Amino acid sequence: MYALREAASAFRRAPVLTGLSAAMIALSLFVIGLFGLAAHNVREAIQNVESRVEVVAYLHDDAVPAAVQSAQQDIEAFEEVSAVRYISREEALAIARRELDELGNIFGTLDTNPLPASLEISLHPGQSGPEVIRLVASKVAGMPVVEEVQYGADWIDKIFVLRRVAGVATATLGIGFAAVAALIIGAAIRMAVFARRDEILIMRLVGATDAFIRRPFVLEGMMTGLIGAVLAVAATWGVFRLLSDSVVQLTWIPGTWLMFGLAAGVAVGLLASMIAVRRHLSEIV
Amino acid sequence: MIKLHDVTKDYARNAGALKNVTFELHKGEFCFLTGHSGAGKSTILKLIHMAERPTSGEVRVSGYSSTNITNRDVALLRRKIGYVFQDFRLLQDRTAAENIAFALEVTGARATVIRHKVGRLLAHVGLAAKAEKLPSELSGGEQQRVAIARALAHDPLVLLADEPTGNLDERATQGIFEMFRSINAAGTAILFATHNLELVRANPGIRLVELAHGEIIHDSLLERVS
Repeated sequence: MYALREAASAFRRAPVLTGLSAAMIALSLFVIGLFGLAAHNVREAIQNVESRVEVVAYLHDDAVPAAVQSAQQDIEAFEEVSAVRYISREEALAIARRELDELGNIFGTLDTNPLPASLEISLHPGQSGPEVIRLVASKVAGMPVVEEVQYGADWIDKIFVLRRVAGVATATLGIGFAAVAALIIGAAIRMAVFARRDEILIMRLVGATDAFIRRPFVLEGMMTGLIGAVLAVAATWGVFRLLSDSVVQLTWIPGTWLMFGLAAGVAVGLLASMIAVRRHLSEIV
Repeated sequence: MIKLHDVTKDYARNAGALKNVTFELHKGEFCFLTGHSGAGKSTILKLIHMAERPTSGEVRVSGYSSTNITNRDVALLRRKIGYVFQDFRLLQDRTAAENIAFALEVTGARATVIRHKVGRLLAHVGLAAKAEKLPSELSGGEQQRVAIARALAHDPLVLLADEPTGNLDERATQGIFEMFRSINAAGTAILFATHNLELVRANPGIRLVELAHGEIIHDSLLERVS
C-alpha cells in the first residue's frame, strides 16, 4: 500500500520527469506498434495470396479417363490438399477463349485443341508454404498420367523471403526500441532515486529493508511502462484510422498482439527500474 | 548491549580514524563521547549503526556482530537504535507528524498503530500543538524534538546522538539535553557525542569517554572502577 502510494506520488511530485519517461516509452512502443500494424497487414496480404496458391498438373493427351480419375482420388487423399478439380481439354479451351480475350481469335481459328487436360489442386490454408507446395508438386509429378506440374515456384519463394525479412526487421527494430525505452526508464529511475535521496537515507536510518525501499521505484517503472504502452496503442490506433479512412483499408492489430504490447511495456518498465534501482541505491549511503 | 572490541577503522583518505578502540555501553547507560572534530566520535556511532564496518576488530550490538551481519539484519537492528543528528535530517515536504509517521510506515506498521503512536510521541516531546507544521515553520529546537520523536518511534534500546545540540542556542540546548535525560530515565541508553564541554562539565555524574586521534584517551567509568 505504501509502495503504491509512493509510486503514484512520484507522478505528482515530478510530473515533467515521469511524463517525459512515459512519453519516450510511448514513442518507442509507438514505432513498434507501427511496425506491428504494417507486419500484420503484410501478413494478411500474404495469407490472402497464399490461399490462392494452386498446383496445376497437366495431363498426357493419351491418359485414360479411368487412370485420371484414380489419380484425382489419390491426390484428394493427400492431407495437404483441400480440393482437386478436373479441367478437360475442351473446358481449358473455353477458359482460354474467355480469359485471354486478345488471343481469342487465334483460339477460334484453330482446327485442333492444343491445350492439355489438367488437375487444379488447391491446398489447405496454412499448408501453402514453399516446402509443402514443392512436396505436393513432386508427388503429383511422379504420377504416370501427369506430363508436367506448374506452381509458380519463383514468386512463392519471393513472397516467403519478403515475409521472413518483414518478420526479422520488426523483431530487430522492436528489440532495439525496447532497449532504448529501457535505458530511458533507467535514467528516469536514477533521477527519481536521487530526487528522493533524503527519503531513502531516512528510510535506511530507521530500519526499512532494501526490498521495501526498492518497491515504490519498481512500481513506478511498471506504471510508467504501462502508461507508455497505452499511449502507444492510442497513437497507433490514430494512425490506423487515418490511413484506413484516407489511403488504404487496413485491418487492426489482433487483441493478443495488443496484450503482448501492454505486457511488454510493463516488463520493460519493471526490468529497467529493477536494474536501475539496485544500481543506484547502493550509491546512496 | 554494545561492545566494540579492539576496533580499528581506516578510510581510504584517512588512515587511522579509529585505532584499537575497546568500549562498552551498558543497558540504560548515559555516556558522553567527546573529542575534537575528526577524533572518531561519528565513526563510533556509524559503526554501532552498522553503516560502517571495522577494518579490524568486532562491533557487537544487541546480539548482532559486525563480522557476519546481513543487510536484512542491519535493517532489523536499526529498529532498535534511534539516531539523532546535528542537522535534524527531517523531510522538508512533510509535517512534523508525517516525519514521525514515516519511520513507522516504512517498517510496515499499521495505520491505526501509527496514528496512536505519533500522537503519543508528539505529546512526549511537547509538540502536540505543532503536529501539522512543516520543518521550515519550526524553530531549531522544535525540529530537533521532532527528530528525537522519530528516533523513539520504535522504542529503541539505545539513542545515538551526533552533536544534537550543535545547531542550537543555549536555551534550546538545555531543553534538548533535559529531554535526553528524561528518555534515559525511562530506560533507553544514550550515547551522546558532543564537543560542548560546558554541557559535559555541568553534568559531572555522567560517564565521559574522550577521544583523540582515533583513540580513547579517557573513560571516567574505568577511572571510577580503578
